[in-house]
Amino acid sequence: MATTITKTETLVGKRIRRQEDPRLITGTATYVDDIKMPGMHHACILRSPHGAAKIRSIDIKPAQDLPGVAAVFTGKDVEGVGPVPCGASLPGLRVPPHAILAKDRVYFIGHPVAVVVATDRYIAADALDLIEVDYEPLPTVTDPEKALAAGAPAVHPEWPDNTAFLYHQEGGDPETAFKEAEVVVKQRITSQRLIPTAMETRGVVAEYRSAEKSLTLYSSTQIPHLLRTLVSQMLGLAENHLRVITPEVGGGFGSKLNVYAEEALMGFVAMKIGKPVKWIESRRENFQCTIHGRGHVDYYEVAAKRDGTVLGLRLKLIQDLGAYHQLLTPAIPTLSVLMMPGLYKFRNVTADIVGVFTNCVPTDAYRGAGRPEATHGIERMMDLLAAELKMDPAELRLKNFIGKDEFPYATATGLSYDSGNYAEPLKKALDLVDYHKLRQEQKQAKASGRLLGVGISTYGEICAFGPSPATPAGGWESATVKIEPSGKVTVMTGASPHGQGEETTFAQIAADELGVPIDDVIVVHGDTAVVQYGIGTFGSRGTAVGGPAVYYALQELKKKIRKFGEMLLETTDVTVSGGQCVDNRTGKSVSLAQIAGASYRAMKLPPNTEPGMVATYFWEPPNFAFPFGAHIVVSEVDRETGHVEIKRYVAVDDCGNIINPLLVDGQVHGGVVQGLGQALYEQAVYDDDGQLITGELMDYAIPKASMVPWIESSHTITPSPVNPLGVKGVGEAGTIGCSPAVVNSVVDALSHLGVKHIDMPMTPEKLWNLVHQGGQA
Amino acid sequence: MIPQNFEYSAPGNLRDALALLAGGNAKVLAGGMSLIPLMKLRLAAPEHLVDLGRVADLKSIREEGGTIRIGATATHYDIESSPLVRGKCPLLAEAASNIGDVQVRNMGTIGGSIAHADPAADYPASFLALEAQVRIASAKGERTVTIEQFLVDALTTALEPGEIVREIIVPVEPANAGVSYQKMVQPASGFAIVGAAARVRKSGGKVAFVRVGVTGLAAKAFRATGVEKLLEGTSGSPADVQKAAAVVSDGADANTDLHASASYRLQMAKVYTARALTQALSRAS
Amino acid sequence: MRPETPGMASRRPSRHLIFNAFCHNIIDRQKADSMKRKINLTINGKSFTDEVEPRMLLIHYLREVAGFTGPHIGCETSICGACTVALDGKAVKSCTMFAVQADGREVTTIEGLATNGQLHPVQEAFWNEHALQCGFCTPGMIMTSKQLLERNPHPTEEEIRHGIEGNLCRCTGYQHIVNAVKAAAAKAGA
Repeated sequence: MATTITKTETLVGKRIRRQEDPRLITGTATYVDDIKMPGMHHACILRSPHGAAKIRSIDIKPAQDLPGVAAVFTGKDVEGVGPVPCGASLPGLRVPPHAILAKDRVYFIGHPVAVVVATDRYIAADALDLIEVDYEPLPTVTDPEKALAAGAPAVHPEWPDNTAFLYHQEGGDPETAFKEAEVVVKQRITSQRLIPTAMETRGVVAEYRSAEKSLTLYSSTQIPHLLRTLVSQMLGLAENHLRVITPEVGGGFGSKLNVYAEEALMGFVAMKIGKPVKWIESRRENFQCTIHGRGHVDYYEVAAKRDGTVLGLRLKLIQDLGAYHQLLTPAIPTLSVLMMPGLYKFRNVTADIVGVFTNCVPTDAYRGAGRPEATHGIERMMDLLAAELKMDPAELRLKNFIGKDEFPYATATGLSYDSGNYAEPLKKALDLVDYHKLRQEQKQAKASGRLLGVGISTYGEICAFGPSPATPAGGWESATVKIEPSGKVTVMTGASPHGQGEETTFAQIAADELGVPIDDVIVVHGDTAVVQYGIGTFGSRGTAVGGPAVYYALQELKKKIRKFGEMLLETTDVTVSGGQCVDNRTGKSVSLAQIAGASYRAMKLPPNTEPGMVATYFWEPPNFAFPFGAHIVVSEVDRETGHVEIKRYVAVDDCGNIINPLLVDGQVHGGVVQGLGQALYEQAVYDDDGQLITGELMDYAIPKASMVPWIESSHTITPSPVNPLGVKGVGEAGTIGCSPAVVNSVVDALSHLGVKHIDMPMTPEKLWNLVHQGGQA
Repeated sequence: MIPQNFEYSAPGNLRDALALLAGGNAKVLAGGMSLIPLMKLRLAAPEHLVDLGRVADLKSIREEGGTIRIGATATHYDIESSPLVRGKCPLLAEAASNIGDVQVRNMGTIGGSIAHADPAADYPASFLALEAQVRIASAKGERTVTIEQFLVDALTTALEPGEIVREIIVPVEPANAGVSYQKMVQPASGFAIVGAAARVRKSGGKVAFVRVGVTGLAAKAFRATGVEKLLEGTSGSPADVQKAAAVVSDGADANTDLHASASYRLQMAKVYTARALTQALSRAS
Repeated sequence: MRPETPGMASRRPSRHLIFNAFCHNIIDRQKADSMKRKINLTINGKSFTDEVEPRMLLIHYLREVAGFTGPHIGCETSICGACTVALDGKAVKSCTMFAVQADGREVTTIEGLATNGQLHPVQEAFWNEHALQCGFCTPGMIMTSKQLLERNPHPTEEEIRHGIEGNLCRCTGYQHIVNAVKAAAAKAGA
């Protein structure tokens, strides 16, 4: 329940209902598909039905002849358009050129082959059926381990080993650590391919004005400015002649942190036909052609002493990249390596990544992007070690945590953890579930034949991306704050929120700093012609990097307010508060409206001060932020069916200072449920022929309301020293913390049957087999 | 995703509807819950649709001579919320309430569902346990078949070109009967991985009457007479139930798909049959 | 002969694919024009009359012809519920219905819920409880929640979760939606 707002209250820290909601709850928000323009045409894309094939010929004539069809384009028409960009660079990385339409070869199901443009979408869909493509199907490989085997079909004939890159990272002396270990536990752990499934699929509207040589792209994206830079390069268009507008975006979760073929293709089409054109992705296209997430096969080894002290960690990571690289594809597993030690004092680590091409759509950033995989791995390994040593898993974790006095902490993977108190959320979560009593209950339950389990996950994550040297495209964020002549406040953020609620949290920050009512503040984003260059919303950075940019822009603005205030009040010592500039000696004041009015009217200016009341700040974060927490799951497996019931879900998250607890709760709940989806339900399944079997929502199960438990969410607060707000990020924390807690609880429920590990998703059938076949999956 | 075009007729009475269908080219549109998604995916492209939504009297639910007669275009919601069905054929109300989601139940019809003959649909288990009859109409006349005759194979029924389902006829359940429908849900689609419907009556401490229908397990739903025979005449103890349910899958050629292998389905059919029987027995007096 | 589409192939192993009863044919446009039918329906209290192809889905009619873009399209298999509207007072998925089927009937979309600038109690509760993030599923979710409360004014948590199964949300984890439905119920009961 939201708090009622009164004007004089401080807003940061309050449960304030969102500023963006009125348009969303009344159905008046504008998403891409809601845009209508005079003369607008509709595009449909013909896609490969094969996982791999040569294109012998394409006959577009029957489609062209259908009345209402304006144009049909194929690969040879778009040869002048640059390839889909890969923004990640790794030494020796093999980058297959990926044209926006295939020309003579397709290498994953859904690979775009032709585009039809017609006066309405019904005609475009009809025309699609009239295009005849003569394919010569080729053998495919969709499993990354099979792709590495000798003699596997080559996804790209020039690289028969299907290897896109090898990456090695090492810290400390892992060899000695393993040599001196008293115990070594090993496990193969997978993080299956997932389909992000934003409820709004992707969509683009492109409008070209030939006289101005200007193209406007409306796209459902998380990164309007980066998209503009990259699409202008692809199309050979001057960057300042391309405007990208992100209208309302119906969810992204990383899947819209990208530059897709269709975004450039629609620009190309609009320029060719001279009419606005709209393309809206179907759900099936979304499943086939928008990036997937995860896709790991990890081989872990942990070295430890008998007393439970961890010594070393070894990881061989096989990353299923898919058929080519989308924007960040090869970079994602490197994040797993960075975070592989988790919250523990592993001083000796070694990791090898093999990036593997398969005949599947590329993997890329999906909520958590590399960190859920890492957390899942290390948290499973800690449970395996605890089982091996017959130690309590909570005790083992507490023993190996980085101490609260050791921050900033330099990890063996080269990071500097900013702040933390890792024992606190775990202890709080243990108290909330009444851990010792729970273990007693579990003992009794198991004695009576019930399969009750308790699972702990303590996660740390890297977020607030990030210092620019450590990111592919710049890791700062920008903000402009303006006070209009009337005294109303406009905040323009370069982050491009799409559901996270920064129109509210940034307004809270601005309202507090200036002492104005929140309704006097408006937050503008997502239009490259209006908002200064920015990076975007992803990697739990919106508030953690965008927020400080707003804060510093406000400080700059306040300097100017004070100058004008001092001039108008004829004093030298003023404070900005309550929407006023107050003379600290006399108590006399002028309002922000008077100050702003004076600054624009400019009858008189303070010394060395230009007119106007605008400040812009580009904030470069000195470090990432590292949220953490503990999730505990109590689950019971139905012996008869293998069905998992989550009996309790306790989440204690520490994301530093909290600007709006209502919104943080929402992020935690949503994140946890996506983690739960991975743990129990979701998996993108390709068959050996490269067909996506989970091709629709009829077969790919994202959680429904009846499939998820009540989440008991609470927090500890350890401010980040990295930014002035003390905030970390929380968008991905729930997802990162969740899946190992769920899996650990189910393994715990079945441990007495000899079960040590279960790969996700833990379907009822998989668990039934474990229960009824003596622990063998 | 966009369907291909078609001719559309929305007759106001049954005679006109049957006349339109007599040519054999037209397909029936009832609630559209199965047909329209297939048309959108272009897995179906009928040339002519005859919409039964405006045919008077095809929606009625009424009691007649010891039976309840449910018109083909009665929606799942009409059925789950009908006091008559809830009171006198509670198994059917329970089955209806288990279908899809509220929006699907508001639009989807009993006739459309059974005519589509999806092997994972919920109704057939109950129809079989109820020994339902299907009244079929065409321009040439009418005929009534048993549900077992009606269900031929996956997505195949006894309907001939030009014929429609007019009514489903189920018996009025005696007040002392106990019924239950238990379903393992496919998490994405909401269809049944397996579903079992049971009807029982007790007399003098013994199980006097048992009917069991199973859906989802095989290409078509079937009545589990082996289970019925084993349970009839027993005291209906948990052991009796387990023993009887254990034979439900005997001889079944189980489906296998992404969501459940054949061997798992075979096991789950036993579990859900036992659960349905147990609940039905607990409800019988 | 129709080219094999990716979708057909990709859905091959699913049980929904065993469907071979219909042939495929592209109907030419002239014929399609003559197939158009006049429909008359009431949307949010206003009367609309248009000529439409029989194949036009109600969602497309609402969004593109009548101009009500509140209901959204999130899938093509009648699973996600983003397109939910009320048809003669009953929640239906307008993507799984032809506009011609709504002829003569009354449709309410999310745009029709607020009266005289006053939000519907379910809308207000969604706002207060932060029951939405990206907002894409919200119009459908609100329409279904409204139906749920009409039929069951005091639902339990389990009944709410079961009642909104036909609406997918990828952002909220549903917990705040459950809270919102409870809050709307409490307010109506107060």
